[in-house]
Amino acid sequence: MNAPAELVRQHLIDPEICIRCNTCEETCPKHAITHDSRNYVVMFEVCENCKACISPCPTGAIDSYRRVDKSRPHSIEEQFSWDSLPQETGPDAAQTPEIPEEVTRITEIATAGQGGPALPPWSAAHPYVGLFTLARPATASVTGNHRLTAEDASSAVHHIVLDFGQTAFPVLEGQSLGIIPPGQDSFGCPHHVRLYSVASPRNGERPGYNNVALTVKRVLADHEGHPVRGVCSNYVCDLKKGDKVQIVGPYGTSFLMPNHPGSSIMMICTGTGSAPMRAMTERRRRRIALKEGGELALFFGARVPAELPYFGPLMKLPRDFIDTNLAFSRVSGQPKRYVQDVLRECAEKVAAMLRDENCYIYICGLKGMEAGVNEAFAEVCRAHGMDWDTVLGGLKQTSRYHVETY
Amino acid sequence: MSINYSERIPNNVNLASNKTLQRALEHWQPAFQEWWKEMGPENSTALDVYLRTAVSVAPDGWAHYDYVRMPDYRWGIFLTPAEAGRQVNFGAHKGNAAWQEVPGEYRSTLRRIIVTQGDTEPASVEQQRHLGLTCPSLYDLRNIFQVNVEEGRHLWAMVYLLHAYFGRDGREEAEALLERRSGDSDNPRILSAFNEKTPDWLSFFMFTFITDRDGKFQLAALAESGFDPLSRTCRFMLTEEAHHLFVGESGISRIIQRTCEMMNQHKTDVPAKLRALGVIDLPTIQKYLNFHFSVTSDLYGNEVSSNAASFYTNGLKGRFEETKLAGDHKLDSVEYPVMEVVGDNIVTKPVSALTALNERLRDDWVKDVNAGVSRWNKVPEKAGIPFRFKLPHKGFNRRIGAFTEHHISPEGQVLSEATWTHQHQQWLPIEEDQAYMRSLMGRVTEPGKYANWIAVPARGISNQPVNFEYVRFG
Repeated sequence: MNAPAELVRQHLIDPEICIRCNTCEETCPKHAITHDSRNYVVMFEVCENCKACISPCPTGAIDSYRRVDKSRPHSIEEQFSWDSLPQETGPDAAQTPEIPEEVTRITEIATAGQGGPALPPWSAAHPYVGLFTLARPATASVTGNHRLTAEDASSAVHHIVLDFGQTAFPVLEGQSLGIIPPGQDSFGCPHHVRLYSVASPRNGERPGYNNVALTVKRVLADHEGHPVRGVCSNYVCDLKKGDKVQIVGPYGTSFLMPNHPGSSIMMICTGTGSAPMRAMTERRRRRIALKEGGELALFFGARVPAELPYFGPLMKLPRDFIDTNLAFSRVSGQPKRYVQDVLRECAEKVAAMLRDENCYIYICGLKGMEAGVNEAFAEVCRAHGMDWDTVLGGLKQTSRYHVETY
Repeated sequence: MSINYSERIPNNVNLASNKTLQRALEHWQPAFQEWWKEMGPENSTALDVYLRTAVSVAPDGWAHYDYVRMPDYRWGIFLTPAEAGRQVNFGAHKGNAAWQEVPGEYRSTLRRIIVTQGDTEPASVEQQRHLGLTCPSLYDLRNIFQVNVEEGRHLWAMVYLLHAYFGRDGREEAEALLERRSGDSDNPRILSAFNEKTPDWLSFFMFTFITDRDGKFQLAALAESGFDPLSRTCRFMLTEEAHHLFVGESGISRIIQRTCEMMNQHKTDVPAKLRALGVIDLPTIQKYLNFHFSVTSDLYGNEVSSNAASFYTNGLKGRFEETKLAGDHKLDSVEYPVMEVVGDNIVTKPVSALTALNERLRDDWVKDVNAGVSRWNKVPEKAGIPFRFKLPHKGFNRRIGAFTEHHISPEGQVLSEATWTHQHQQWLPIEEDQAYMRSLMGRVTEPGKYANWIAVPARGISNQPVNFEYVRFG
């Protein structure tokens, strides 16, 4: 097998939008931009991706990129001949991705609830997998890190933004990436990779930027409550702006959103399990104007509102865009409510969505929620003349049921 | 080089160190605000607009986007940083250090140049002041407001030069800039194109595409000036001007796209049918192009001009991209071709390149406009529609220069008075066309909605989506 092509993001100018005003050429401190009587173009070998040209461009044409094989970028002669930008080309499909053993192991555990890795929805976009490996990781820079949960909340959840610069790291909603914490463990071995679901949509945390967001909880105790300082989560939560992070991935070929118009999404999550849900919701929000139809229903559990990541922005989304149902289990003076309780309360809607073949179901969060959610589905089915086991079988067969729990 | 926004007049010229100048400008400021209130965009005082404001003159600072309440926009004085050791780069003084003060012998000429440029800035705001009431979308409303506030800032730029370098005369001229009114028969704006009406959005887009492009070439020629403060002022204005050209070029392109879509959908190119479908037929767009092109062409003045020659020889106004041009930069032994009408023919004759500088700048502009028109033509080409837009002949419909006394067809034939009278309605917008345009002008203010006659833009502003709430109604 050939060595995998190294993909990079080549900076280009969209000739259909550019007005040839010369602002970029004037601005570029590296003289990486030139023109002929037809087009303005960027010299791949000269451009350092400093972004000085981006905001002065009056049209946005300058903010264009294509993934290319680093050894075969688009030459300026090629760019001079364009009337429009070329289609995005992917890595060679024949290449078998290199998936580290521990990633396979984690994936098996996470997807046990759906019977192991499954097929994605039929209309999911094609995911890229394993482009960056332990031997050849990508380097990203931290461009943001802020705490999402209240200072006095019992858990610290951070929103981290990573920028890939010129490196192409294509990622879809529902996919994850691996972070390699620096240093070695007590046995003198490099630390294991930790996987994090991407919390931003495919075109970036900020639209058009080559960045991703992660939702990371600082681990200070294990599942049984014994104090344990999570190596990677503490590393990530302590990252500062400008820090460089070693990344592998992307991973995940199953937990992907449907893209066909009219498709609905039911999202059930707790805590940082909200990351892929945020990515999917944001993807849909950015496409509201296209009026593609389909419903979004969110069932989101946390201990108290202050511990619910993205609580503020979530509450601002219009009701006709997303049906948000929250469950809090530790609000003083109120009975404990879990996501399964809310699913029961919304039985009518849940039953209709289970029946709707255009509705896809996603469950993400702690392993503990799975049993409760299963029971709630079974109960809703019984009340509506359906058999959950039969329904679940159908859901799995049509790739409508996706679970990632840990 | 950040800009101090806590000062009454944001600036990067260390205004606080010159108290007399600061007081004079602070005295002019309320008059400007009064003018904006009276002649600026109608009904805009309560709007929050997603605007670009300069926070520094560095690349990452002058395009800072945020919501701004329109009357609170901070008009300021921004100059491109000085270039160490800059020289006069052309004319008789070539090689001398660039002037930091006005040379006494050129004082009145320079003042006239600055006043003429300055007068166009408030003029276009006045011409466009009603258009917000008929915007085709929030995106377009935001764009016209951006153009308007920056024209206001360009006025500030010229007024700064008048106040800082021309004493009492300069202050009086600065006041007069706020007193003239576009289209006013008693006290009109200086240049005729700036007294025309901009009654609808097709005219507005044509104006920003064609007439603001004249602005680009005039500013570029002044950016070459040996008078360094004028050069630095114009260089920063040019960075802002590019957006105005974009608004025009993309606006017309979106209109063409929408019309082509309807032509294909309904399999028709009949203007009456397309008008019944509520879009602007391509021949009407061509007529508006002919009109704006010819009227703007007049702004360059006479083909042969001794004034233009002396501006150049004296180092006040250069050619487009003077410093990038090869050659002697004195032009005393070079020729340049200009056209004139001889009998029934248009002939080209060589004249001294020095006296032909107006024509040369006009030709540079024509080339630039033409490149934009050929980009528009990609739209019908892509849609499989044979129509192509074409610039009329330079002599078509002119009021200034060698063609003033003649009638020239768009193809460049010299016509008799009778033929012109008979045919000109095919080439220029007539009352019926204007009435149709007026009938289309509704007002669309719902985020993400666009009027029927214009396509959705390919990209939003500063990476925002096209359905972003670019303007918030207070």
